[in-house]
Amino acid sequence: MASISVIETIRKQIASCESQLRDLRQQLAEAEHQHQQREQERMRQDSSIDPLTHDMSYGIHDDFRSEVFAALSHTEEDYSAPKRWPLDMSEYKRYGRQLILSGIGLQGQLRLKNASVLVIGVGGLGCPAAAYLVGAGVGTIGLVDGDIVEESNLHRQILHSTSRVGMSKVDSARVFLSSLNPNVAVVPHISRLAPESAISVVESYDMVLDCTDTPASRYLISDTCVLLGKPLISASALKLEGQLMTLNNPPLPPGDSRGGPCYRCIFPKPPPPESVLSCGDGGILGPVVGVMGVLQALEAIKVLTKDPGTLAPEHVNPEPPTLLIFNGYGNPMFRSIRLRTRKPRCAACSSQASITSEALNSGSLDYVQFCGSVSPVDALSANERISVDNYAKLRSHINPFTGMEPSKDSHILVDVREKVQFGLCSLEGSVNIPFSKVVSTSLNMSNVQTSGPQEPGWVSELKGIPDRPIFVVCRLGNDSQITVKKMKELGLDQGGQRWIGDIKGGLKAWREKVEPDFPDY
Amino acid sequence: MSDQAPKMKDEDTLSITVEFTGGLEMLFSNERKHSLSIPIRNEDGTRTNMAALVDYLCQNLMKDPRKDLFILDGTVRPGILVLINDADWELEGEDKYEIESGDNILFVSTLHGG
Ligand SMILES: [Zn+2]
Repeated sequence: MASISVIETIRKQIASCESQLRDLRQQLAEAEHQHQQREQERMRQDSSIDPLTHDMSYGIHDDFRSEVFAALSHTEEDYSAPKRWPLDMSEYKRYGRQLILSGIGLQGQLRLKNASVLVIGVGGLGCPAAAYLVGAGVGTIGLVDGDIVEESNLHRQILHSTSRVGMSKVDSARVFLSSLNPNVAVVPHISRLAPESAISVVESYDMVLDCTDTPASRYLISDTCVLLGKPLISASALKLEGQLMTLNNPPLPPGDSRGGPCYRCIFPKPPPPESVLSCGDGGILGPVVGVMGVLQALEAIKVLTKDPGTLAPEHVNPEPPTLLIFNGYGNPMFRSIRLRTRKPRCAACSSQASITSEALNSGSLDYVQFCGSVSPVDALSANERISVDNYAKLRSHINPFTGMEPSKDSHILVDVREKVQFGLCSLEGSVNIPFSKVVSTSLNMSNVQTSGPQEPGWVSELKGIPDRPIFVVCRLGNDSQITVKKMKELGLDQGGQRWIGDIKGGLKAWREKVEPDFPDY
Repeated sequence: MSDQAPKMKDEDTLSITVEFTGGLEMLFSNERKHSLSIPIRNEDGTRTNMAALVDYLCQNLMKDPRKDLFILDGTVRPGILVLINDADWELEGEDKYEIESGDNILFVSTLHGG
């Protein structure tokens, strides 16, 4: 078995190297093509007959010719004087469509060119945000991410590609971005942002985009931006919804109430960890998170191209801070909400702030602990659980104690994944009772004998088959344990007469140990 | 409200809209938008304010037993923004804001994915 998996691994490596090679060849071809074009352009300029040259040689009076030469030789000494055009010729062409907008213009483009933006998180938000900023000609883009590209990222993280699965997200994004716009300097930071290094990483940038996916990183980024006086554009997305806020804008020092609110002003306390859902667990639609990333790029361009004169304290931002909420399937899709200003006793941006650069640098601020985490569920005793191997035997083998053939009716297999997931794939004979239904069932309901609130259908159905043991399975083996506990609390174990237990490790373990063909989504 | 309760007169009630987003709707029968008639005064005769509304929602509208996913320590849990007519309730007096007929109250749970 081991040798087959080795062969498989090598095959995969070869395929991946080959496709990376194809990518490199294509990039080489593009680079060679550009080089050739530039050479040709130069040759053309050298050899072509300029109509003015022609006139100068043949079409004018000689006295005038002498005057022109005199004038030309006079200016020759300031040949190295300031360039006539502030942008390169190719930049006028490349950015022409945005240059002619009244909000951008030459000054706006120069501000973008001189700006540096740090994009933290190169995922569903960071990919589109970075693409538009690089496209628009922001001079320097920093990318922070410690993760590698996975296949399940590709439906929304548009800078990565199938051939770059396994590459670091930052490196993968650089391949895309440098081919999109070679004028932009892309600076890699291949690691997760850590409190100890946050200040040194963020310091040299003008602005930060929070494209991360955890509460801990959101507090860390906001605190760092307040300490360094950087505006922060923060977005998030889950399922079909997104949220966007521009924070610490204007980025006035802590204690100045005219500065924009920070993340802590809006959310002084972190949410309970059990209320935080990840894209992996809750799902995410590509264009939904894409819209939010594109909006971050738009907000960044708006802030960067603003006339710096309007940032002076005497005309500080008259616009109130807002939260934009987006629901891809809503009507209307967008809603803008007025937020509070700086909180007078904010831990980060008020005059009584307790968060300092020293504390951050020393590593004494533990953001992960501050936000808490959900510990792995360990709710059941060993005799309330069964391994996937043993459950597989129970399904397929003759019972060693009774000599009986397995029968579909010997037990009930309850799959507690949500209905949509159950529809994707399920074990034969399993019945679906979504976890959301299980947890939203009140305990007192089932005890009510008379009228009152109805006992949910799933409870009465299981009560109707009181003699069969119940096996509970879910995706990873956490929800199944909670369900077993709940079923017992609801009295479904008939006072201990009926066995109820969970399948350890869920369908993930089932796929890894029993049925490799079971879909991995 | 049960069927036997005497029908409240219009002047005794406030008609408001309550909305839930960011996943909170799951705790409220998976409905994002609820049109409600709530008593204009509490039992002690004081005007219904946001604190009373939150309590009312928890008692009457929320069927899910996981109350701590909505309220914690007597108020809306951290990570939920409360908006009164599209403005942060901190701009309107927070839980002391007295509700008016026609108000739109929006509860937004923050998202963290990216
Ligand atoms: Zn603050």
